[in-house]
Amino acid sequence: MASLSLLAAVGEVGGDFFKERTSDTLPCQAKPNEVFCFDWAKDNIDRFGTPTVQHFELVVISVLLGFALAFALALFAHRQTWLRPPLLAATGVLYTIPSLAFFFLLLPLTGLGKNTAIIALAAYTLQIIYRNTMLGLDNVSGAVKDAAKGMGLTDRQILWRIELPLAIPEIVAGLRIAVVSTVAIATLAVFIGGGGLGTQIYGSGNLTFPTSIFIALAIVMVMALVLDAGLLAVQRLTTPWRRARAS
Amino acid sequence: MNDFQVPLAGFGGALEFIFSPQSSNVTGGKSVGGLEQSLDLALKQLEVTGLAMAVALIIALPLGLYLGHKGKGEQVLVGVANAGRAIPELALIALVAALIGVGLVPVTLALAVLGIPPILTNAYVGVRQVDAATVDAARGMGMSESAIIRKVELPLAVPTVMGGIRSSTIAILATATIAPLAGVVTLGDYIINEGIYGLDGRIAGAILVAVLALSLEGILALLQRRLTSDGLKLKTV
Repeated sequence: MASLSLLAAVGEVGGDFFKERTSDTLPCQAKPNEVFCFDWAKDNIDRFGTPTVQHFELVVISVLLGFALAFALALFAHRQTWLRPPLLAATGVLYTIPSLAFFFLLLPLTGLGKNTAIIALAAYTLQIIYRNTMLGLDNVSGAVKDAAKGMGLTDRQILWRIELPLAIPEIVAGLRIAVVSTVAIATLAVFIGGGGLGTQIYGSGNLTFPTSIFIALAIVMVMALVLDAGLLAVQRLTTPWRRARAS
Repeated sequence: MNDFQVPLAGFGGALEFIFSPQSSNVTGGKSVGGLEQSLDLALKQLEVTGLAMAVALIIALPLGLYLGHKGKGEQVLVGVANAGRAIPELALIALVAALIGVGLVPVTLALAVLGIPPILTNAYVGVRQVDAATVDAARGMGMSESAIIRKVELPLAVPTVMGGIRSSTIAILATATIAPLAGVVTLGDYIINEGIYGLDGRIAGAILVAVLALSLEGILALLQRRLTSDGLKLKTV
């Protein structure tokens, strides 16, 4: 059999191509009412690799950044209680501004690209993580802290060895909400040139076709599920005493 | 100093775009932007947000209150809440546009779908949190089950229920920003169609959407204070 390039050279491929367009054997992704084309999906699954990796990076970096900042703020506000209302209000403002608007508010400062997307996504996670960390620390019973103090632990030791470990379930609950929401919202990064799976939904200024959107949607949902399950596993591993009590 | 002048110039152009119409090189001499168009787009965004909220409230609030009252369906609600968070709004709007069609009705329904989970779960949690002894007392006084929901559980659950309504409103308003992709021309049009509105338009759109979201959130926070009974406020201070 002749190679594809040889056929192309004698006009065989091009000829067929144009013939196809005029008959009713249109490729299925070009038919307006086709919900899902398995043929296209089979041949083009490769093109989702790089966007998936980019998407994963956007989410992980944003949530880690948001976590580092929110965690530090929560530890600070844990002792300096007067800081709580202003911090809640400030993170609330960042949470309320729609992500797409946030991207373009940052545009004059940080330009197009994934850094702008990461800053906006991280800002979005602050309130969720901050609030849950505060909640976890506040839920530690006074009796436990008194016992620790009675055993001669310093305030710092109480924080790191008693309060924070006991707050892990609430902290992880916050992280799980943050991760799942960020996986979904990171699709909007396409508008600011941040890449990710949004590029397979809205590519080069237009919506793509349903097959591509469905595949992107499926990858987003699976990524959310996997990251969520991963965080749940981390929580199980870091709080062995809860399992002991349960069994 | 020069480093700062460049970004500030970006915002200056955007503010000018909001208040006075600018010429655009693709609309054939027709000018874009300006206060009138900005208000039009903002009203369109509020309209579709309001409609979607109404649909979401009618479905989710009674259902959440009822399930909370009965204490049924917790597992299903946890699933609904998680799935709701994981739906990428871009994919939702794109699929609606591709498979159902463009225009106000399909977009309103899609946005309502996004708004249902927070209202549903918060209504459920709010009612579940009401002290069982209070409900028993109401029952002992001869209140019907529906009166218990309306006169006892709902007033006590107001802060939680309003929390759900607020997150839902913000999620819907945020998603209404990309509604121009499905033919409902909101403020997001400034952001999405750079070809028509230019860079100033994009930043102007971002400013307007942010202001709209923060104002709406502020109004709802005030409403929550008004609706919360004084007895509950004392407890939280």
